Amino acid sequence: MSILELRQVSRSYGQGSAEVHALRDISLAVDEGAMVAVMGPSGSGKSTLLTIAGTLEEPTTGEVMVAGQNVRQLSRGAKAQLRRRVIGYVFQDFNLLPGLTAAENVSLPLELDGVSGRKARAAALEALDGLGLAGRASHFPDQMSGGERQRVAIARATVGDRRLLLADEPSGALDSVNAEAVMRLLHDACKNAGMTAVVVTHDAQLASWADRVLFLRDGRVTDQTAPAAGPESLLVAERKQ
Amino acid sequence: MSVRHAMLALLSEGPKYGLQLREEFEARTGEVWPLNVGQVYTTLQRLERDGLVESDGSDGEGPQRGFRITDEGTRELAQWLRTPPDLSSPPRDELVMKVLVALHMPTVDVHEVIQSHRRYLVELMQQWTRIKEDDAGTDLSMLLAVDAELFRLDAVVRWLDAAEARVKRAAADGTLTRADQASKGSQTRAPLPRHRREMRTRR
Repeated sequence: MSILELRQVSRSYGQGSAEVHALRDISLAVDEGAMVAVMGPSGSGKSTLLTIAGTLEEPTTGEVMVAGQNVRQLSRGAKAQLRRRVIGYVFQDFNLLPGLTAAENVSLPLELDGVSGRKARAAALEALDGLGLAGRASHFPDQMSGGERQRVAIARATVGDRRLLLADEPSGALDSVNAEAVMRLLHDACKNAGMTAVVVTHDAQLASWADRVLFLRDGRVTDQTAPAAGPESLLVAERKQ
Repeated sequence: MSVRHAMLALLSEGPKYGLQLREEFEARTGEVWPLNVGQVYTTLQRLERDGLVESDGSDGEGPQRGFRITDEGTRELAQWLRTPPDLSSPPRDELVMKVLVALHMPTVDVHEVIQSHRRYLVELMQQWTRIKEDDAGTDLSMLLAVDAELFRLDAVVRWLDAAEARVKRAAADGTLTRADQASKGSQTRAPLPRHRREMRTRR
């Protein structure tokens, strides 16, 4: 079953000769538990695709379905609730609130959604523990490394009953080892915790963690990878040489 | 990759049998580069011929024949470890050739050619990454060997990205046609750097 579906989605900005087509007729379905990467050059529409999928922006034409709900038909309040309860966001620059501890940053979206402070904190600590950050719960963002801060951001994006994780260059500010650790966490969240992830990246090594890679160019999905064969085929190929 | 020197490295730890060398080689390289028994014994024969290893003298090539490294083999190994591989002369890269050929064919969409290669490379990278997924980070040799493949493939994807951006810009600037024309009139071109001229001569 698809948790995210885009049906003939287009997005343009401006009018007349100044009109810019960021997305053109995108149709896409992402099944629950899948990890999908979106690759493409700057200006290809990757981030616009993510903001529309996350209901942060409306498409000019076309429909967006999140968890079976047609976003266009939702009231403003219902859309905000969908964002709080179903969708988690991870950004390149972490977007943590500097005045809050790691645990407070993670529990904040739950508290905003009406969960009691005690329950929200317990859920936050559990999420941080699951990402190996139990000992950092009381630290502020500026007391943590870049890799730790991004793990806090992932904990914040997955805490509660969130099912759809949208990540825009989540490891762009990290070195290659920490970047891989972040992708491994997102991968594990999909395979072990039932999350679904759509990850925008320009980095092929990071995209290769996904089940499926979409290639965007000039606002269109121009290509995608076939389901990956198992690694054993590589070793068989080597033996034949 | 030099199987010859990998055998010397394994024998520098102490005498070993042929079959044992094969198993240890595969284990040390994360089983990313499998070897067949024939390759192992052929390599050992050549090393023995060159005086770099010696066998225990028993007849035949069976699994009971042991090998040990000689002093000359130890010197050869030490020198090999510190000698950088020759990367000064780029190989004739088939992928680069295909993109360059596509660039000059009016009936071919070079972007499509670039994308078909990019997709193949990313699919290959997905397969290599699956190996890392299956490992919890305990087999360091395997991780390093897989990383080496991933970085190599990633470099090719990056070149394709850069090539596509350059082609797009050249088409927008209208310089793509001028470049084609320039390639036909070599008198007007700037001379190649010296190492490029040498490379061309070698070919």
